[in-house]
Amino acid sequence: MIDAQMLAVVALVTLGLSAVVFRKNMIKIVMGISVIGSGVNLFLVSMGYREGSTAPIFTASRNAWMSLPTPQALTLTSIVISLAVTALMLSFAVLFYEKYGSIDTTKRRLKQ
Amino acid sequence: MKALRHLTMAAFFCFLLAGAMYMHGVGTPERTQMDDYFIKSSQEETGANNVVTGILFDYRGFDTLGEASVLFAAASGVILLFRRKRNEQ
Amino acid sequence: MNSEMSAIVKTVSAFMTVPMMIFGLYVILHGHLTPGGGFPGGAVMATAVAMLIAAFGLSQSDARKKDAFSLFESIGLLAFIAMAFVGLQSTFFANVLAGHGWIFGSSVSYGPNPGYLETGGVIPIMNFAVGIEVFAALSAVMLAIMLHRREKHD
Repeated sequence: MIDAQMLAVVALVTLGLSAVVFRKNMIKIVMGISVIGSGVNLFLVSMGYREGSTAPIFTASRNAWMSLPTPQALTLTSIVISLAVTALMLSFAVLFYEKYGSIDTTKRRLKQ
Repeated sequence: MKALRHLTMAAFFCFLLAGAMYMHGVGTPERTQMDDYFIKSSQEETGANNVVTGILFDYRGFDTLGEASVLFAAASGVILLFRRKRNEQ
Repeated sequence: MNSEMSAIVKTVSAFMTVPMMIFGLYVILHGHLTPGGGFPGGAVMATAVAMLIAAFGLSQSDARKKDAFSLFESIGLLAFIAMAFVGLQSTFFANVLAGHGWIFGSSVSYGPNPGYLETGGVIPIMNFAVGIEVFAALSAVMLAIMLHRREKHD
């Protein structure tokens, strides 16, 4: 009915979105965004799979029946960009903690 | 109030499951003409055994240029955010 | 209270830095033959710097190292753009060295083969530029955050 990869993508995206919506700690929200990014990368790579194929590399490969290489190239770009965005979000969390004294998103202006 | 949020999240999960059920299967991609051309002519035109690297740096070099620029801009932004304030007279 | 790492941690991390950097350079250099390339190779080299920071802590002169890493990051991106401009006689990102060049210029016929290092054209040079850029960017980010947190604690 549903392939195993699609089930894993649905589980990852739902869990990541639950962490973003229901948690108050800033670090946990950033972790949820990273999990959503992992789910999307898995979806992108599994779209290019052919049955019984090997990796698209000609160095000592056994035959020329290969999986599609274009989604793998797009996934490399996506991983690097999500790394850059996570670094910026975490540095914002550090600065927020130093200015306000807490990383709880429901408390405002603890330390003037 | 919190029950409404949990109910919305459960509805979103069911929507994603329904979408995954009607999706095309994983093992048989439909339109593979561009990737067949890449696999067939990557060794003569780019000289690389790794077809993914040949795509990343030769056929689609603009995407790699954008990716390197995004990484450079993010690293510069983080270094900029953590500068020391100098006491000015 | 002495908050340094023990002698075992310091010795093993100092010993393992050179193999980690060499493995990162291997992944970068063979990017056109085996899986990998510029981006994962640069990340492996930045992991060696993270291990050194965790084992030995920071010293007084590390602000200059952060400026040196930032300089290398700019050099890497500029080298990548320069290699893209080299092929401008036909198109912007053309591979001028593949098949008929003097370095990295052997031609490859279609089919599986054991990988030869002198193929690839412009691709290994671009891999080096991107690898240096990723390594310097990640190391500079780690040093910037650690220096800021150490300053706030004093």
